[in-house]
Order: sequence, then structure tokens, then C-alpha cells
Amino acid sequence: MNDDTRPDGGTTEAKRPSATAGALSGVDGYRVLLYLGLLGVLGFFLVPIESGLVTSFKTSGGVGGSLPFAPPTSETFTVEKWRIAFDALGRGLVNSALYAIPATVISALLGSLAAYGITQSSWKPRYKAPVLALFVAGIFIPYQAVLVPLSQFWSTVPLGEWLGFLWALGISDDYTGIVELVVTHVAYGLPICTVLFRSYYKNMNEEMIEAARLDGASLRRIYRRIVLPLSGPMFAVVLIYQFTQIWNDLLFTLVLVQTESSPAAPVVLILAGLGESLEGQDFALRMAGAFIAALPTLAVYIAFGEEFAEGVAT
Amino acid sequence: MTRNSETGDDSDDAVPDGGVAESAAESRDRGGFSPVAALNRRFGGDFVESSQFWLPPFLLVALFVYGAIAWNFLISLTDFSGFGTPNYGDLDFEMYARALADGGFIEAAVNTFVLLLGFTLVTLGLGLGLAILIDRNIRFENTFRTIYLLPMSLSFVVTAQFWAWMFNFNNGVINIAITSLGLGRVDWIGNPDVVLWAVMFALMWQFAGYAMVVYLAGLRAIPDEHYEAAKVDGASTVRMYWRVIIPQLKGSSISASVVLMVFALKAFDFLYSLVGGYRPPNGADILATKMVREAYANLNWAYASAIAITLFLMTLGIVGPYLYYQYNRGNL
Repeated sequence: MNDDTRPDGGTTEAKRPSATAGALSGVDGYRVLLYLGLLGVLGFFLVPIESGLVTSFKTSGGVGGSLPFAPPTSETFTVEKWRIAFDALGRGLVNSALYAIPATVISALLGSLAAYGITQSSWKPRYKAPVLALFVAGIFIPYQAVLVPLSQFWSTVPLGEWLGFLWALGISDDYTGIVELVVTHVAYGLPICTVLFRSYYKNMNEEMIEAARLDGASLRRIYRRIVLPLSGPMFAVVLIYQFTQIWNDLLFTLVLVQTESSPAAPVVLILAGLGESLEGQDFALRMAGAFIAALPTLAVYIAFGEEFAEGVAT
Repeated sequence: MTRNSETGDDSDDAVPDGGVAESAAESRDRGGFSPVAALNRRFGGDFVESSQFWLPPFLLVALFVYGAIAWNFLISLTDFSGFGTPNYGDLDFEMYARALADGGFIEAAVNTFVLLLGFTLVTLGLGLGLAILIDRNIRFENTFRTIYLLPMSLSFVVTAQFWAWMFNFNNGVINIAITSLGLGRVDWIGNPDVVLWAVMFALMWQFAGYAMVVYLAGLRAIPDEHYEAAKVDGASTVRMYWRVIIPQLKGSSISASVVLMVFALKAFDFLYSLVGGYRPPNGADILATKMVREAYANLNWAYASAIAITLFLMTLGIVGPYLYYQYNRGNL
């Protein structure tokens, strides 16, 4: 809106105060209201996180006896819950990284290849459209629609036997679930990666690629020498988006690893059952656990917020 | 597949002498003996050469997404339950009839629908409001935007912990806020009449930032002249947005609402983590949670598959028209 006041800035500002009572308060009042609104919304977004954070540092007595958003006092302050939560979730962090990182890298690479093969090639758009439509529709598939076949599929594939050499090294064969998670996340992450890369390659400078083609370069050579080196910014977007998605997903871990007591249990799976007991819920523990599980994605988000925003907006 | 990539290598070598290779391919084709040339002629240009890039990922997606959906449909026609393997010899629509006769299924379907519509509309509205506020040439724009989008980067499992605490009956922020206004406490999670709205509110908190980002991109794409023209015509700010700007955000609204609806259909992770189990609070059961519960808690695989197909058809009803719309606009 202020885009349009900018060009004739002075005049609108001069006009406004005459409409209201005070000369200065007219302009400022409007801006003050705007910033108050923005800050109010900021509070709305931060309250759940803030009250979670302060609660995670309170003793059980402090959780029940003080306001949920008030910081702990010196009597009710404790890091005990963080320690317990870290003991419970530590192995989960490692397990999550074990499948989230490979799955992210592989799906981004394959997505880039697929998008390149569809976008920067000259076969007929009429036939490209359905291929692309199947990729796009794949983004929106509710995972529930593939769950039962997925568990059937992984119970048929003797992956555990193929990986026998790993178990011989003393690694628990529950880690079959981790390998299954890598393949599964690659397959279901591919559609979004492909579409993100496609939107990038579509707007790529075509002259350079045309020139390379005229010089007789093969598609493979063009990809390696021109397209891949120029894909850096989009790789950042896709890697960050994919990592967040895969790290955060619960459903596949629930189906493929199943129990939180498994040595291969990812962090989200352990967190989902944390702090529940017969005596009631330990909210301080749940909050501390939530922050530990969210730490990697929070760090990525704070460091690469722009890329994340670009990933979700496309 | 290996065959294709081999032939792809062939045409790799053939390309360097561009025109010559093509005429050679054509003459080979006239001889009626080259599948590569025939495929290229059918699908155009470098179909075979490019397939080494897109075909392997495409096959992976085809197998895991579309193959699995077809298989899922097949399982939904059997009576598969408990341990063991499905018997594909006896196929019928019994599970779908069972779903229609199951009060729990109808309730879950209605809840899914309410959540879908309510959540999408409220989130779009809030997102649009935020985008307009952010777009008013403010300072610290990046900071505001980053914090508004922050919940979107968190896992459903994490946000469910926060909201379980927010909605806590005795000492949750929400109940403290409303009692300070002089209202009585509400059992947000335990009362079947309000729990769905509480869930909707929490999801809105998580995804309003997403809607904002999409709308912001839309707002920034509108030329400045449109604002100026409206000003010159003497339209008030509200009128300007209502009559001139918001109608131009149709594209943003459509893509944002499709994504939000799909998120609502997938809200399983949130509901599971809220209670730490397959059985969501009474009144908040949706098809996504019922499907997983029937399959992995009750081992009613075929019945769960039938619910999954229903869910898939709902998604298709939303995404199908969207894809058609994008195709017509030349975006595919």
C-alpha cells in the first residue's frame, strides 16, 4: 500500500493530518496502530513457544503453581527436565539424522535430474504434460493412501537379509527401518523436489543452453557443465525444505520403525510418547523434549529462513 | 530401464555431428529398424536421450505413489485383516459398504470436511491480513516475516506438545486468558464439541505464515499503477483492497488453499502426538487418524485401505481441478 505513497510521499502526508485532529498524531497514529497490530500478531505466534520454553525449565511444582508464561523463579528453576529429555531423545537425534540427511541429498539430486530431463529438452510438450502432472499430483497424495501397500512391500522385500553384513558388525537389525525410511522418503519427496527444480530451470537463461546444443554438446554434458553449476541457489532451497519435511514427519516412522523402544527409533517417534504416564502428563518434560527435537530444524530455519520461505511459496 | 540408458548413450555419441546424425537416424528409421529413432519421432526430438534423466525418478514415483495406490485399491477389495497375507481370490466392495454403515466412519468424514473447510478459510483470511500488514512498507519486515513463518518449520509432533500445554485445563495459557476475561474454563481437548475447533486453531497458528508468504508474493506481483489508479479514483484503502487488489490474488488463493486443504487431510501427525496414541480425543477423529488406527492398532487392513481410498478420492477432488486449472494456464 505504501508502495504508492512513496512516489508522492510528501503530498499524502500533508493531506492526512488535516483530516484528523493533531498535525503529527494523524500520521503517527496510523503507523503506531500498524506496528501495534504487527506486534500483537507477533505475540500470538510466539506465546506457545515462549510458554513452552519457560515451562521446560520449571520443576513439577513450578509448572502447576505458576502462570504458564511466567519465567521460573529461583526456587522453581531446574534443568533436570532437559537432562531427562536429552537422555531419552539423544539416540533419536542420531537415528533421525541417519535417514533424514541421505534421503534429503538423494531426493534433491534425483529431483534436479528429473526436472532437467523434462524442462531443458525438446520432446513434445503434449507428452511432457502428463509426466509432469503425475509428478505434481504426487506432491498432494495423502500418505494414508499408500500405507498398507507400503508395509506389505517392505515386509516382502528381504532388505534385512541383504544388509546382513551390517548386522554381522553388531548393528541392531532394527536399522533396516532406517534404510526403508531413506528409500521411502526419497520416493515421496521426489515430486516436490522435481517441481521446485522445474520452476527454476524453466526460467533459466536458454541462450547458453541453446548455444551449447548447437555446438553439439550432449544433454549429459550440458547438465554437468552448465545446469548443475547454476543450480546452487535452488539446491539450497530444496535441501532445506526437504530436510525440514523429512525430519518432521511422524507417519512413516510410525509405520516403518513402529515402537519408540526400538534402538532405531527416530526423535519424533520418541517425542510423541514422551512425558505420558499413569500419574498424568509431565508437561515440563514434554516441552524440553519438543525443543530438543525441533533444534535441528530451528537451526536450519534461523540460518536459512529466506530459502525456506522460497521453498514453501513455490 | 538399462536398455533405455544404453540407447541414450548411443545418441549421446550421435549428437556431436548434429544434422548428420539426425538424417542418419531418419534413414535408419525409414529402414524401420531403430526403436530409438521411432521413439524420438513419436515423442519428439530428444525423448530417448532425455529419458536417462527423468525416467528413473519417474519410475520410482510411479511405483511408490501410483503403483501403491492401485495396490491399495486392490487390498481394499479383499477381506485382509490380522496377520498373514491378503487373499486376492475373493474381491468385492464389502469394505466400502461396511464404511457406510460405520457411524465412526461417517463422523470422521464429517470432521474431516469441517476441518478442511474451516481451517482453510480461517488460515487464508489470517494469511491475507498478515500479508497486507507486512506489505505496508514497514520496518523490520524480514524479522516479522521470519517469526510469522517460524511455526511452519516445526514438526506437528513438536507443535502438538506446545498446544497440549496451551489448551491444558488447569494451567494452560488459553484458559488463563479467558478466565481473566471473566469467562469460565473450557476443557478444550476433553470436550467433544470444542476439540475440533481447538485443533483448527492450533493448525491455523502453524500455517498462517505459509498463507502469508504466498499472498505476499502475489501482492508484490501487482504493479504499483493499480494502487495509484485506485487512489486517483478516490477509493478508500479498504475499498481499494476489496475491489482492486484482492480480486487479483485469485491465483495465490487457489494455490494456497489447495496446499492448506491437503495439509488438513494429513493432520494425522498432530492428532497422534496430541494424545500420544492412535485414538485422538473424542470428537476430533478424522479419516486420516481412523485409517491408521484401523490398520496398525486393529489390524483391519482391508477396511483401512477402503478408508484410504476414500481419503485419496477426496484429495483427487481437490487436486484434480487444480491441475486442470494449471494446465489450462500453461503452467504444466
